[in-house]
Amino acid sequence: MKNNILEIKNLKVFPSLNSRLKLVKNISLRLKKGKTTCIVGESGSGKSLTALSVMQLLSSQLSMSGSIFFEGINLLNLSNEEIRKKRGKDIAMIFQEPMTSLNPVLTIGYQIQEAISVHNSLNKVELNSHVLDLLKTVGIPADRVNSYPDELSGGQRQRVMIAMAISCSPKLLIADEPTTALDVTVQAQILNLLNDLKLKFEMTMLFITHDFGVVEDIADDVAVMFQGEIVEQGSVVKVLKNPQHPYTRALLDCVPDAHGRKDLKPIDYAALKELMG
Amino acid sequence: MKMEILLEAKNLSKKYVKTTGFFTRTQTVIKALDNISVSIKKGITLAVVGESGSGKSTLAKSLIRLIDIDNGSITFRNKNMRTINGDTLKSTRKNIQMIFQDPYASLNPRMKILKIMEEPLKIHKLGDSAAQYSKILSMIKKVGLVESDLLKYPHQFSGGQRQRIGIARALILEPELVICDEPVSALDVSVQAQIIKLLKSLQKEYGLTYLFITHDLRIVRHIANEVIVMKDGKLIEQGKTDIIFNNPKTNYTKELLASIPGNLSKRK
Repeated sequence: MKNNILEIKNLKVFPSLNSRLKLVKNISLRLKKGKTTCIVGESGSGKSLTALSVMQLLSSQLSMSGSIFFEGINLLNLSNEEIRKKRGKDIAMIFQEPMTSLNPVLTIGYQIQEAISVHNSLNKVELNSHVLDLLKTVGIPADRVNSYPDELSGGQRQRVMIAMAISCSPKLLIADEPTTALDVTVQAQILNLLNDLKLKFEMTMLFITHDFGVVEDIADDVAVMFQGEIVEQGSVVKVLKNPQHPYTRALLDCVPDAHGRKDLKPIDYAALKELMG
Repeated sequence: MKMEILLEAKNLSKKYVKTTGFFTRTQTVIKALDNISVSIKKGITLAVVGESGSGKSTLAKSLIRLIDIDNGSITFRNKNMRTINGDTLKSTRKNIQMIFQDPYASLNPRMKILKIMEEPLKIHKLGDSAAQYSKILSMIKKVGLVESDLLKYPHQFSGGQRQRIGIARALILEPELVICDEPVSALDVSVQAQIIKLLKSLQKEYGLTYLFITHDLRIVRHIANEVIVMKDGKLIEQGKTDIIFNNPKTNYTKELLASIPGNLSKRK
């Protein structure tokens, strides 16, 4: 299908020394071009491993099998050299902890320049103006270009990460819990920013989160992961309003809502196991 | 019906001085608590909400004198918390216990659970060792763990189980007031739901009063009877949970409510 920018087929992730233990069990997922797909699940469900597999940034102790087609090319067949050309240029990623992903001894301007220079050869003037453009796009005042990461707030740091990620106009942006460490008001701002950027640059987003509220805000499509498997996927309205899988229903029952209308029901794993057979 | 007031804090102030620059030292004063007054009624859950740096944890710590405030008065059961010391302070602290955010950091990794649970009883010299053991056993069962868990170390438990141990340790001294500092923020939603359910049932059973610090307004809605909204060390708004949620008075509270995930689409 032409509309799918990324197609994951039968992806398995397992420790290299114990191939029988599957951390991600045979999942398949299609990302529609220009849409945001959320992977939602609890800790240990395999959502981050799935994201890292696409970037081929898995720990060296893990192996994977299956295929990941990006614009028709199987990323798993590419050499390190070839994948490095895609990484950061066609596929970019932002992480949960903006402080640990930035270098504390370099100015943010320098770090954004670095990200651009890897894939483009621009002269100094072009580079500087591109950096300032990017800062403007993500909503950081231009005079902060010479600031160090510790001089910025958590939200601003995440904006810098976003600026670096979009610096080469990637076709696919992978965001792994980018707002989990942020305050709610800042979280809302960053989600709005990501949504605007998606529309402006016609990016496709793969968004990892554990928060159904965030899913409701940002997703077009959702995949629910449980113990390494995708148990349910579909459009956000379909999955949230009319969940089919017992695990999705159980997980939605634990999510506190802002109206306090429902009682929180912890997941009854024994009953769930029976339902799932 | 007039409710009994358990703790009353009046006009609390606390300043921190921050020094920046190496050659040209400049000092900035941060008001962590700016003239805050709070009263906590017995048997209810009072939530304190605000963003990072709003002073909510400073407020909690100052109430049990883990940090000293600059100005103001704190009265707990007719005792002036700022002037008591020695045995009176010790026995008052027994009545106010705390549950912390990070269940990984708040349990000593070198102690077995039995030792962790014994410690508060020994400090306060409550009962002989047989009585202490039976008390620990019944408490650990209350929070959903089993006897054999007492001989394990904290790293052998999941995050949710560790938070249960933290709760058991706080409740073993039969406190009246429990200060919960973001007790579910580090947990998965499914575990979060378990812990909230547990806290609610323990409150009912023991008639506990909770001061519940959180940044998550969805949790406030589920657990709190009353809410205090803080920002930059100031008290922005307070009142009954329903009233604050349905009819927020200040712009800041409105902004906080609008930022709750799942509300974004409605805002646009």
